[in-house]
Amino acid sequence: MKKAVILVAFLFVGAFLLLAATSMRPFGEPAFADMDDYFIANTQVEVAANNAVTAVVFDYRGFDTLGEATVLFAAVVSVLALFRKLREDET
Amino acid sequence: MNSGMSLIVRTVTRLVYGLALVFGFYVIMHGHLTPGGGFQGGAVVASAFALLLVAFGAAGIKGRLNHHLLQTLEEIGALAFLALGFVGIGTAFFYNLLANSGSLFGGPVPLGPNAGVFNAGGTLPLMNWAVGLKVMTGIAAIVIAMLIGARKEETE
Repeated sequence: MKKAVILVAFLFVGAFLLLAATSMRPFGEPAFADMDDYFIANTQVEVAANNAVTAVVFDYRGFDTLGEATVLFAAVVSVLALFRKLREDET
Repeated sequence: MNSGMSLIVRTVTRLVYGLALVFGFYVIMHGHLTPGGGFQGGAVVASAFALLLVAFGAAGIKGRLNHHLLQTLEEIGALAFLALGFVGIGTAFFYNLLANSGSLFGGPVPLGPNAGVFNAGGTLPLMNWAVGLKVMTGIAAIVIAMLIGARKEETE
């Protein structure tokens, strides 16, 4: 019974994914490319960097990277707080 | 003192450890020229630390990798990244003030495909180093804390 439910759910989700895959745009032709074109054309002039991805991550969307760094910081702090008791016994 | 893995693993670790460190720091330093950056290079360096921990065990590295020091370095990296974001606050948060300024990392870059100019990118290389320091020490601290915690639970 449980296996039948899992199989039905798997086929249901798989059918939807296949349906979505058939209606995808062809590769290399995104619907909105204005932003990409801007980055490709202006990165070397504005940021003076060859790596456009790094320019986007650290310059154009630096605030987003600050959020990422905050997530990592929170993860480190929480892991160290979680294992604090175990470490105290050792030292 | 048999907390690590076999002699083969330890020998290979001694060979690979330095190479992994050099590759990680290369990815961090050339983040504005080649694929990769602070996050990726920091993860590579942290993987070298994790390799050392797995091969030699928590007892083998005792005193060499201090997690208090690692935590402090992680906070320094985070604060440096934030401070670099505030450098261009006169125009906007995370504005690249040093790019094309002629000072440190302010060199111009020729348009189109080129071999790469290291002295360019403004705050990008500095931010890469800050984030790289943060990621490598942060993940290393996580791995050390979890390994010591797991070992402690095993022996209890």
